[in-house]
Amino acid sequence: MSDIKKYLVGMFDDDDVLLHAVSHIRGAGYEITDAFTPFPVHGLEHELGLQPTRLHTAGFFFGATGLTVALSMIFFINKFNYPTDVGGKPFFGLLAYVPICFEHTVLYSAIGMTVSFYYLCNLYPGKTPKIIDERTTDHLFSLTFDLENRDAAYISAVTELLKKEGAIEVYQKEI
Amino acid sequence: MSSHFESPIREPLILGNKTWKDVTRDIVKPTTGKLQPKWLFWTSIAATVASFGVFCIAWEVAFGIGTWNVNKTVGWAWDITNFVWWIGIGHAGTLISAILLLFRQKWRTGVNRAAEAMTIFAVICAGLFPVFHMGRVWDAFFIFPYPNTRGPLWVNFNSPLLWDVFAISTYFTVSILFWYTGLVPDFGTVRDQSKTSGRWKFYNFLSFGWIGSAKHWERWESLSLILAGLSTPLVLSVHTIVSFDFATSVIPGWHTTIMPPYFVAGAIFSGFAMVLTLMIVARYVMNLQDYITLAHIESMNKIMLLTGTMVGIAYLTEIFTAWYSSDPYEMYSFANKSQGPYWWAYASMMFCNLVSPQVFWIRKFRRNIALTFCMSIVINIGMWFERFVIIVISLHRDYLPSSFLYYSPTWVEVGTFIGTIGIFMTLFLLFCRFFPAIAIAEVKAILKVSGDKARVRQLEEVKDEKAYENITVTSGAWDH
Repeated sequence: MSDIKKYLVGMFDDDDVLLHAVSHIRGAGYEITDAFTPFPVHGLEHELGLQPTRLHTAGFFFGATGLTVALSMIFFINKFNYPTDVGGKPFFGLLAYVPICFEHTVLYSAIGMTVSFYYLCNLYPGKTPKIIDERTTDHLFSLTFDLENRDAAYISAVTELLKKEGAIEVYQKEI
Repeated sequence: MSSHFESPIREPLILGNKTWKDVTRDIVKPTTGKLQPKWLFWTSIAATVASFGVFCIAWEVAFGIGTWNVNKTVGWAWDITNFVWWIGIGHAGTLISAILLLFRQKWRTGVNRAAEAMTIFAVICAGLFPVFHMGRVWDAFFIFPYPNTRGPLWVNFNSPLLWDVFAISTYFTVSILFWYTGLVPDFGTVRDQSKTSGRWKFYNFLSFGWIGSAKHWERWESLSLILAGLSTPLVLSVHTIVSFDFATSVIPGWHTTIMPPYFVAGAIFSGFAMVLTLMIVARYVMNLQDYITLAHIESMNKIMLLTGTMVGIAYLTEIFTAWYSSDPYEMYSFANKSQGPYWWAYASMMFCNLVSPQVFWIRKFRRNIALTFCMSIVINIGMWFERFVIIVISLHRDYLPSSFLYYSPTWVEVGTFIGTIGIFMTLFLLFCRFFPAIAIAEVKAILKVSGDKARVRQLEEVKDEKAYENITVTSGAWDH
C-alpha cells in the first residue's frame, strides 16, 4: 500500500514524564506527529500545541437547531395546520411546549455532537486502525515522529533526546 | 509528581497496589476465556423468565387488554406502576455518570459503566409497558408527530403523555450515546488484549478502530463533558415529566405540585438501590472488590439515605397538604391510602422508604455489605409500592361509590412484570460477560492520585506537616 509510513516511536511509562518530554522536545524544535495514551492525559493537547476542540461550539448550534425545529413545527401545527379550540385557550401556548422543546434541544445537540466526534476522528465500525504499539491502550504512552524525508542525523538526534527525556524504549516502525 | 494534591487520609478508591497494567488485566479478564457454567446457569434462568414475559406480552397482544384487570375505575394499574418503577431505576446511571462527573466525584469511575448499562436496560423494560398498554400495539407509531392522512390529525403537544414520549425517547438515545462513547476506548483496550483473530475483529468492530491519539482523547473528553452537562438537566426532566402524567390531572392524590421533586428524589433512591443490588453481586462474581470498594458502597448508601429521607418528607408533606387543603376529596384520598383496603401497601411504602434507610446514619451499617444488599432489595420493593400507592389507591375509589372496587392483577400482568425482570437480568449478564464492566480508561486516569499506593506516597510528601505527624498510612490498611 502506498500510505505506509515510517515512524520513530518513543515509549514512556509515566504520564508526567511524558508531559515534560513533550514540552522539551517541542522546545528543541522537533515536530511530534502524534501521541498515544491509554487514558486522557490532562494538558497533553496543550503541550502538543493542538488547537482546542470546537466540538462544544458545534454542540450549541446543533442544540439551537433542535430548539428551532421543535418550536417551528409545533407553531405550524397548532396555529395553522390543525388548530384545536380547547375552552378558548390560545392555539400557541408557549409554556406547555417547554418540555418538548427542551428535550429536542438536548436530543439534537447530543446526536449532532456524537456524530461529529466520530466523523472528525474518522472512527467508524469496521475500521482497520493503524496500531503503532498495542501497549498504548494498556499501560504505556508513546510519541511518534514521521520519518518521511528525514535523514539519519535527525533520527539519531531525536532518539538521543527521547532517551534523555526518560523514554523506556525507542524504535522505528513501518506501518 | 501527582497532578494535584489529595489528602492522604482520604479513603483510596482503588485498592490492591494496582498498576495500570493490573487494571487492564483485571477488568478485561471476565470477558475472556470459556463461558463459565455459573454464568450459563444464571443467564439461562434469566432468559427463561424473559421468555415467559414475552409469552405474557404475546398473550396480551393476541387477546387484548381485557386479559389485564384494568377497567373503567382503575385504568392504570400494574403496567404504569411498573413503567414508573423501571424508569426510576433507570435514573441512577446517568446521575452517577453525568451529575457526579460535573461535581468531580471520582468514586463514580468504579461504578458508572455498569450503572449506565443498567439505566439503558431499565429504560428498555420501562418502555414496554406504555407501548403494550396501547392495546393495538401495531399502531404504536401514532404517538409520533408525522404528516398523515387522518386530517392531518397531530399528536397533542399540550399533553404530558406526549411530553413523556419525547422525554423517554430522548433520554434513551442520549444515554446510549453517552454510554457507548465511554465504551469505545475500553473496547480498544479489550481488542489489544485479544489473543484470537475472531475476538480481535469483534472488539475492533465495537471500538470503531480506536487508537488513543491525543487529539481523539481531547475531543472525547470535551464530548463527555458536554454530554454530561446535557444529561444533567435531562435526567431531572425525565422523571419530572413522568410526574406530570399525574400532577397535571385533577385526580385527588395526583394533583399536587410536590410531584416533580418527589419523583426525582424517588427515582435516584430506587436507582441507587438497584445499582447496589447488582454491583454487590457483580463485585464478588467478577472479583472486582479492588475497584468497587467499601468506600463506593458507603457513598451510595449516603445518597440513598439522603434521597430516601427526601422522599419520606414528601410523603409527610402530602399528608399535611391534604389536611391543610380542607378539600374533602383530597382528605379522603389520603385517609383511604393509610386506612383503606390497601393500607398494607401504604404501610410497606412508608416502612421501606422512610423508616428503613435511617439505619444508614450509622457508619458501621453503611459499610456492612450484607445489610446494604438486603436494604437495596427492601428499597426496591418499597419504591414499587410507592408507585402502586400513587396509581392504584388514588384510582380504585373514584367519585362514584358504585364504581369502587378492589383491584388485583391477573397472571398476565404479573407475568409481564416478572418477565421484564428477566429481560433486564439477561441483558445485564450479557453486558458483564462481553463488555468491560468498569470504565478502564477512567479508572486508570485516577489511579495515580486516588489509588492506595498514591495515598502512601502522598503521606510521604506531607508527613513533615504538623497535622499529619501522628498519621500512618500503609498499603493494605483499607478493608474491602
